[in-house]
Amino acid sequence: MQQAQETSMGLKLTLAWAFVGIPLAWGVIQTLINAMKLFQ
Amino acid sequence: MSLSFLDRSHTIAKPGFSRWMVPPAALCVHLCIGQAYAFSVFNLPMTRLIGISQPAPDDWKLTELGWIFSIAIFFLGASSAVFGRWVEEGGPRKAMFTAALCWAGGFFVSAIGVYLHNLWLVYLGYGVLGGIALGIGYISPVSTLIKWFPDRPGMATGMAIMGFGGGAFIASPLSVWLMAKFSSATHIGVAETFIVLGIVYFAFMIVGSIIVRVPAPDWKPEGYTPPTVAQKLITKNDVYVYDALKTPQFWLIWWVLCLNVTAGIGVLGQASAMSQEMFPGQITPVAAAGFVGLMSLFNMGGRFFWASTSDYIGRRNTYFVFMVLGFFLYCAVPYTGSVGSVSLFVICFLVIISMYGGGFATVPAYLKDMFGTRYVGAIHGLLLTAWSAAGIFGPVLVNYIREYNVTHGVPKAQAYNTTMYIMAALLVIGFVCNFMIKAVHHRFHMKPDHEAQRAQTAVGAVSEPAGA
Repeated sequence: MQQAQETSMGLKLTLAWAFVGIPLAWGVIQTLINAMKLFQ
Repeated sequence: MSLSFLDRSHTIAKPGFSRWMVPPAALCVHLCIGQAYAFSVFNLPMTRLIGISQPAPDDWKLTELGWIFSIAIFFLGASSAVFGRWVEEGGPRKAMFTAALCWAGGFFVSAIGVYLHNLWLVYLGYGVLGGIALGIGYISPVSTLIKWFPDRPGMATGMAIMGFGGGAFIASPLSVWLMAKFSSATHIGVAETFIVLGIVYFAFMIVGSIIVRVPAPDWKPEGYTPPTVAQKLITKNDVYVYDALKTPQFWLIWWVLCLNVTAGIGVLGQASAMSQEMFPGQITPVAAAGFVGLMSLFNMGGRFFWASTSDYIGRRNTYFVFMVLGFFLYCAVPYTGSVGSVSLFVICFLVIISMYGGGFATVPAYLKDMFGTRYVGAIHGLLLTAWSAAGIFGPVLVNYIREYNVTHGVPKAQAYNTTMYIMAALLVIGFVCNFMIKAVHHRFHMKPDHEAQRAQTAVGAVSEPAGA
């Protein structure tokens, strides 16, 4: 029972962090691509 | 329809809930409202809504559009100060839900304003409604995070406030992409972009409000033992929100934040022009745009790095680092210009801007150390007026002093030198203010029979405690 609860919370944690992490990572990559122009 | 699910009592975590669910909830809100930093991408398109390819006589002027952001920042400071206590007592879910309604509503009203070509509706939408959403949304997760992470309050709030810095990274390319999708040869798709952004941000913020939880009153992290030995600058008592205003500590921190932000915000807004004027021929407009992007990354990263560092070296010491290191870096900027060292110039500004972001992210934990956790969100709301003030001081100092120098025959490459020395002097004043901060006098501490104590007991009685 406790293991099922822990698995469920682990899944929720993964989903929650992916929900905010993926858009943020995309934005950071876009900004880094632009920032590279400083060194060209 | 009952909205009781928004109440604080309905957000108390059940046993088994992981506190690591709360930072993403906070990020859902901060990543959305951080769009404010990217609002300038709409400025040029909104000057061509009638003329399409170039501004027509009836099109809005850039100076008129500049007021949208200024009104939003004014209402950010005002709403966080006015609604701080309501946010604290109503709980994070109610605050996040309200922020989502205002933020999306602001976009929808602005879309109508753009469609009808009525600028006052855009002022009302993005400026007033959006500004209120910024204020409520910004402070909504702060005290909740501090309560969930008593062992690492700096890191926890740093993570959320990092999201505010990172929101622009998502909003800027997304807005440009959406405008391109909705634009045609006879139409600029600003209104449609506002509507899509309003829907997307509403959905995102609502997810945050659903997953956020507050800990039960007696909860503490597993294996965490609160320090038994009293620490000089970390109180175990709480100070009531309006009593905090009567303490010298509040106003000293207000000035520390204001001066740190003034120094940073002035150069942040002018970084592109400044780099090109100080290094003519060496930094092109394209490279300057890259420099601004890099500064935004350090602004965001600094929020997490410095706030997390403050958990180890202390808040007061972190601000001492900002003031001392900032002083030397601002003094070094004119030297980098005189020797023509672009790399040194870039390094100086990247560190400066990381400390600008760090100042924002470390201050909630500083307030928690001084005034306790009970009203830290509301006190933080009041403190954000320092941001509004710095938003005026910083750009004015940089722009007017540069203008004065240029009209008095100073070469453009050296026109910023005086400003840099003034910024360094501001940090000396900030150092003195920070030095004067001592523990809050016990007469300001809340008494055990205070209303907050009663409120907390009432909340605890209606819900099952978590993590016991």
